[in-house]
Amino acid sequence: MSSIGLNHFLIISSILFSLGVFGVITRKNAVMVLMGIELILNAANINFVAFSAYGGFPVKGQIIALFVIVLAAAEAAIALAIVLNIYKNFNNVNVDEIDNLRE
Amino acid sequence: MNLYDIIFYLFAIITIVSATFVVFTKNIVYAAYNLLLTLFGIAGLYVLLGADFIGIVQLIIYVGGILILILFGVMLTNKITDVPIKSGVLQVIPASIGVGMLAGILILIVTNISWRNMELTVPESTIGSLGMLLMNEYILIFELLGMLLLIALIGAANIARK
Repeated sequence: MSSIGLNHFLIISSILFSLGVFGVITRKNAVMVLMGIELILNAANINFVAFSAYGGFPVKGQIIALFVIVLAAAEAAIALAIVLNIYKNFNNVNVDEIDNLRE
Repeated sequence: MNLYDIIFYLFAIITIVSATFVVFTKNIVYAAYNLLLTLFGIAGLYVLLGADFIGIVQLIIYVGGILILILFGVMLTNKITDVPIKSGVLQVIPASIGVGMLAGILILIVTNISWRNMELTVPESTIGSLGMLLMNEYILIFELLGMLLLIALIGAANIARK
Protein backbone atom coordinates (compact mmCIF):
# COMPACT_ATOMS: atom_id res chain seq x y z
CA MET A 1 0.00 0.00 0.00
CA SER A 2 1.58 3.20 -1.19
CA SER A 3 0.98 6.55 0.46
CA ILE A 4 1.51 8.47 -2.78
CA GLY A 5 -1.72 9.90 -4.12
CA LEU A 6 -2.94 12.34 -6.74
CA ASN A 7 -2.04 15.27 -4.47
CA HIS A 8 1.68 14.57 -4.64
CA PHE A 9 1.76 14.76 -8.42
CA LEU A 10 -0.41 17.88 -8.44
CA ILE A 11 1.90 19.61 -5.96
CA ILE A 12 4.91 18.81 -8.14
CA SER A 13 3.17 20.20 -11.20
CA SER A 14 2.14 23.34 -9.27
CA ILE A 15 5.75 23.96 -8.25
CA LEU A 16 6.98 23.35 -11.80
CA PHE A 17 4.36 25.72 -13.21
CA SER A 18 5.32 28.45 -10.75
CA LEU A 19 9.01 28.03 -11.52
CA GLY A 20 8.23 28.24 -15.23
CA VAL A 21 6.25 31.45 -14.78
CA PHE A 22 9.10 32.87 -12.70
CA GLY A 23 11.57 32.04 -15.47
CA VAL A 24 9.39 33.61 -18.15
CA ILE A 25 8.96 36.80 -16.12
CA THR A 26 12.48 37.38 -14.86
CA ARG A 27 14.92 36.13 -17.52
CA LYS A 28 16.26 38.57 -20.08
CA ASN A 29 17.54 36.07 -22.61
CA ALA A 30 14.84 34.88 -25.02
CA VAL A 31 16.16 31.30 -24.97
CA MET A 32 15.73 31.21 -21.19
CA VAL A 33 12.15 32.42 -21.63
CA LEU A 34 11.62 29.46 -23.96
CA MET A 35 12.93 27.10 -21.27
CA GLY A 36 10.37 28.57 -18.85
CA ILE A 37 7.63 27.86 -21.38
CA GLU A 38 8.82 24.25 -21.66
CA LEU A 39 8.55 23.91 -17.87
CA ILE A 40 4.98 25.25 -17.96
CA LEU A 41 3.97 22.82 -20.72
CA ASN A 42 5.51 19.91 -18.79
CA ALA A 43 3.58 20.89 -15.66
CA ALA A 44 0.35 20.79 -17.66
CA ASN A 45 1.35 17.39 -19.05
CA ILE A 46 1.95 15.95 -15.58
CA ASN A 47 -1.53 17.12 -14.62
CA PHE A 48 -3.10 15.41 -17.65
CA VAL A 49 -1.39 12.09 -17.01
CA ALA A 50 -1.93 12.18 -13.22
CA PHE A 51 -5.64 13.02 -13.45
CA SER A 52 -6.22 10.35 -16.05
CA ALA A 53 -4.31 7.71 -14.06
CA TYR A 54 -6.11 8.44 -10.78
CA GLY A 55 -9.48 9.24 -12.34
CA GLY A 56 -9.94 5.84 -13.90
CA PHE A 57 -9.57 6.65 -17.63
CA PRO A 58 -5.87 5.98 -18.12
CA VAL A 59 -5.38 6.21 -21.88
CA LYS A 60 -7.35 9.31 -22.92
CA GLY A 61 -5.35 11.69 -20.78
CA GLN A 62 -2.15 10.21 -22.15
CA ILE A 63 -3.30 10.94 -25.71
CA ILE A 64 -3.82 14.61 -24.83
CA ALA A 65 -0.34 14.63 -23.25
CA LEU A 66 1.02 13.23 -26.51
CA PHE A 67 -0.66 16.05 -28.45
CA VAL A 68 0.80 18.62 -26.06
CA ILE A 69 4.29 17.19 -26.62
CA VAL A 70 3.86 17.48 -30.41
CA LEU A 71 2.66 21.09 -30.07
CA ALA A 72 5.65 21.86 -27.82
CA ALA A 73 8.01 20.53 -30.49
CA ALA A 74 6.41 22.74 -33.16
CA GLU A 75 6.47 25.73 -30.81
CA ALA A 76 10.15 25.26 -29.96
CA ALA A 77 11.14 25.03 -33.64
CA ILE A 78 9.28 28.20 -34.65
CA ALA A 79 10.29 30.18 -31.57
CA LEU A 80 13.98 29.38 -32.08
CA ALA A 81 13.73 30.40 -35.75
CA ILE A 82 12.26 33.72 -34.64
CA VAL A 83 14.99 34.12 -32.00
CA LEU A 84 17.66 33.53 -34.68
CA ASN A 85 16.10 36.24 -36.84
CA ILE A 86 16.00 38.63 -33.88
CA TYR A 87 19.68 37.92 -33.29
CA LYS A 88 20.48 38.70 -36.94
CA ASN A 89 18.62 42.01 -36.79
CA PHE A 90 19.47 43.30 -33.29
CA ASN A 91 22.70 41.41 -32.50
CA ASN A 92 21.31 40.32 -29.13
CA VAL A 93 18.33 38.35 -27.86
CA ASN A 94 17.52 40.26 -24.69
CA VAL A 95 13.77 40.70 -24.52
CA ASP A 96 14.01 44.06 -22.76
CA GLU A 97 16.18 45.69 -25.43
CA ILE A 98 13.99 44.78 -28.39
CA ASP A 99 11.56 47.67 -28.02
CA ASN A 100 11.51 49.29 -31.46
CA LEU A 101 7.71 49.48 -31.41
CA ARG A 102 7.76 51.56 -28.23
CA GLU A 103 7.36 55.31 -28.69
CA MET B 1 7.56 3.67 2.94
CA ASN B 2 7.77 1.14 0.16
CA LEU B 3 9.79 1.11 -3.04
CA TYR B 4 7.19 3.08 -5.05
CA ASP B 5 7.36 5.95 -2.56
CA ILE B 6 11.13 6.03 -2.56
CA ILE B 7 11.32 6.12 -6.36
CA PHE B 8 8.61 8.79 -6.48
CA TYR B 9 10.45 11.05 -4.05
CA LEU B 10 13.73 10.47 -5.92
CA PHE B 11 12.23 11.59 -9.24
CA ALA B 12 10.33 14.43 -7.55
CA ILE B 13 13.51 15.78 -5.96
CA ILE B 14 15.44 15.49 -9.26
CA THR B 15 12.65 17.35 -11.07
CA ILE B 16 12.13 20.16 -8.60
CA VAL B 17 15.79 20.81 -7.75
CA SER B 18 16.95 20.91 -11.35
CA ALA B 19 13.95 23.05 -12.38
CA THR B 20 14.94 25.48 -9.65
CA PHE B 21 18.46 25.57 -11.10
CA VAL B 22 17.01 26.18 -14.59
CA VAL B 23 15.27 29.36 -13.51
CA PHE B 24 17.83 30.67 -11.02
CA THR B 25 21.21 30.08 -12.67
CA LYS B 26 22.68 32.89 -14.73
CA ASN B 27 24.59 30.67 -17.14
CA ILE B 28 22.38 29.61 -20.04
CA VAL B 29 24.31 26.42 -20.79
CA TYR B 30 23.96 25.26 -17.17
CA ALA B 31 20.25 26.01 -17.43
CA ALA B 32 19.96 23.88 -20.59
CA TYR B 33 21.74 20.92 -18.97
CA ASN B 34 19.58 21.21 -15.85
CA LEU B 35 16.53 21.25 -18.09
CA LEU B 36 17.74 17.83 -19.30
CA LEU B 37 17.59 16.53 -15.71
CA THR B 38 14.15 18.08 -15.20
CA LEU B 39 12.74 16.43 -18.30
CA PHE B 40 14.30 13.13 -17.30
CA GLY B 41 12.66 13.33 -13.87
CA ILE B 42 9.31 14.11 -15.46
CA ALA B 43 9.68 11.07 -17.71
CA GLY B 44 10.22 9.00 -14.55
CA LEU B 45 7.04 10.44 -13.04
CA TYR B 46 5.11 9.43 -16.18
CA VAL B 47 6.38 5.88 -15.85
CA LEU B 48 5.34 5.84 -12.19
CA LEU B 49 1.84 6.89 -13.29
CA GLY B 50 1.65 3.90 -15.63
CA ALA B 51 2.22 5.92 -18.81
CA ASP B 52 5.15 4.04 -20.27
CA PHE B 53 4.76 5.27 -23.85
CA ILE B 54 4.48 8.92 -22.80
CA GLY B 55 7.64 8.51 -20.74
CA ILE B 56 9.57 7.17 -23.71
CA VAL B 57 8.15 9.87 -26.01
CA GLN B 58 9.18 12.46 -23.43
CA LEU B 59 12.74 11.14 -23.49
CA ILE B 60 12.93 10.96 -27.29
CA ILE B 61 11.24 14.23 -28.21
CA TYR B 62 12.12 16.50 -25.29
CA VAL B 63 15.56 15.26 -24.30
CA GLY B 64 16.60 14.19 -27.78
CA GLY B 65 14.92 16.88 -29.84
CA ILE B 66 13.76 20.04 -28.15
CA LEU B 67 16.73 20.24 -25.79
CA ILE B 68 19.22 19.91 -28.68
CA LEU B 69 17.26 22.62 -30.49
CA ILE B 70 17.51 24.87 -27.44
CA LEU B 71 21.25 24.21 -27.11
CA PHE B 72 21.70 25.16 -30.78
CA GLY B 73 19.68 28.29 -30.08
CA VAL B 74 22.03 29.12 -27.20
CA MET B 75 25.13 28.56 -29.31
CA LEU B 76 23.88 30.47 -32.35
CA THR B 77 22.67 33.53 -30.46
CA ASN B 78 25.61 34.24 -28.14
CA LYS B 79 29.06 35.46 -28.89
CA ILE B 80 30.84 32.67 -27.07
CA THR B 81 34.30 34.01 -27.83
CA ASP B 82 34.09 37.46 -26.31
CA VAL B 83 31.15 37.59 -23.88
CA PRO B 84 30.37 34.97 -21.23
CA ILE B 85 27.05 33.24 -21.84
CA LYS B 86 24.96 34.95 -19.21
CA SER B 87 21.36 35.99 -18.93
CA GLY B 88 20.43 39.08 -16.95
CA VAL B 89 17.35 39.28 -14.82
CA LEU B 90 14.43 41.69 -14.70
CA GLN B 91 12.00 42.57 -11.89
CA VAL B 92 13.13 39.81 -9.56
CA ILE B 93 11.46 41.04 -6.36
CA PRO B 94 7.93 41.68 -7.69
CA ALA B 95 8.13 38.46 -9.68
CA SER B 96 9.21 36.49 -6.58
CA ILE B 97 6.31 37.89 -4.56
CA GLY B 98 3.76 37.26 -7.29
CA VAL B 99 4.97 33.81 -8.20
CA GLY B 100 5.29 32.84 -4.53
CA MET B 101 1.67 33.82 -3.97
CA LEU B 102 0.64 31.93 -7.11
CA ALA B 103 2.45 28.78 -5.96
CA GLY B 104 0.97 29.07 -2.46
CA ILE B 105 -2.57 29.44 -3.78
CA LEU B 106 -2.14 26.56 -6.25
CA ILE B 107 -0.77 24.19 -3.59
CA LEU B 108 -3.48 25.26 -1.13
CA ILE B 109 -6.21 24.55 -3.69
CA VAL B 110 -4.66 21.25 -4.76
CA THR B 111 -4.29 19.94 -1.22
CA ASN B 112 -7.68 21.09 0.06
CA ILE B 113 -9.93 19.68 -2.65
CA SER B 114 -10.86 16.05 -2.15
CA TRP B 115 -10.14 14.69 -5.60
CA ARG B 116 -11.56 11.45 -6.85
CA ASN B 117 -8.64 9.29 -5.84
CA MET B 118 -8.88 5.81 -7.33
CA GLU B 119 -6.30 3.18 -6.69
CA LEU B 120 -3.71 2.89 -9.44
CA THR B 121 -4.26 -0.29 -11.38
CA VAL B 122 -1.38 -2.59 -12.11
CA PRO B 123 0.28 -0.92 -15.09
CA GLU B 124 0.18 -2.70 -18.40
CA SER B 125 1.54 -1.64 -21.76
CA THR B 126 -0.47 1.28 -23.12
CA ILE B 127 0.98 1.30 -26.64
CA GLY B 128 -1.76 -0.86 -28.16
CA SER B 129 -4.69 1.06 -26.70
CA LEU B 130 -3.04 4.39 -27.52
CA GLY B 131 -2.66 3.30 -31.13
CA MET B 132 -6.28 2.15 -31.33
CA LEU B 133 -7.54 5.44 -29.90
CA LEU B 134 -5.30 7.49 -32.23
CA MET B 135 -6.54 5.64 -35.29
CA ASN B 136 -10.22 5.61 -34.32
CA GLU B 137 -11.52 8.23 -31.96
CA TYR B 138 -8.82 10.87 -32.36
CA ILE B 139 -8.04 10.38 -36.06
CA LEU B 140 -9.05 13.95 -36.97
CA ILE B 141 -6.81 15.52 -34.32
CA PHE B 142 -4.02 13.14 -35.32
CA GLU B 143 -4.18 14.19 -38.97
CA LEU B 144 -4.51 17.87 -38.09
CA LEU B 145 -1.45 17.62 -35.85
CA GLY B 146 0.48 16.04 -38.71
CA MET B 147 -0.46 18.95 -40.98
CA LEU B 148 0.37 21.46 -38.24
CA LEU B 149 3.78 19.94 -37.65
CA LEU B 150 4.55 19.99 -41.38
CA ILE B 151 3.46 23.63 -41.71
CA ALA B 152 5.38 24.62 -38.57
CA LEU B 153 8.60 22.97 -39.73
CA ILE B 154 8.41 24.48 -43.23
CA GLY B 155 7.66 27.87 -41.67
CA ALA B 156 10.52 27.57 -39.20
CA ALA B 157 12.99 26.62 -41.94
CA ASN B 158 11.75 29.52 -44.07
CA ILE B 159 11.98 32.06 -41.23
CA ALA B 160 15.44 30.94 -40.15
CA ARG B 161 16.82 30.97 -43.71
CA LYS B 162 15.98 34.59 -44.52
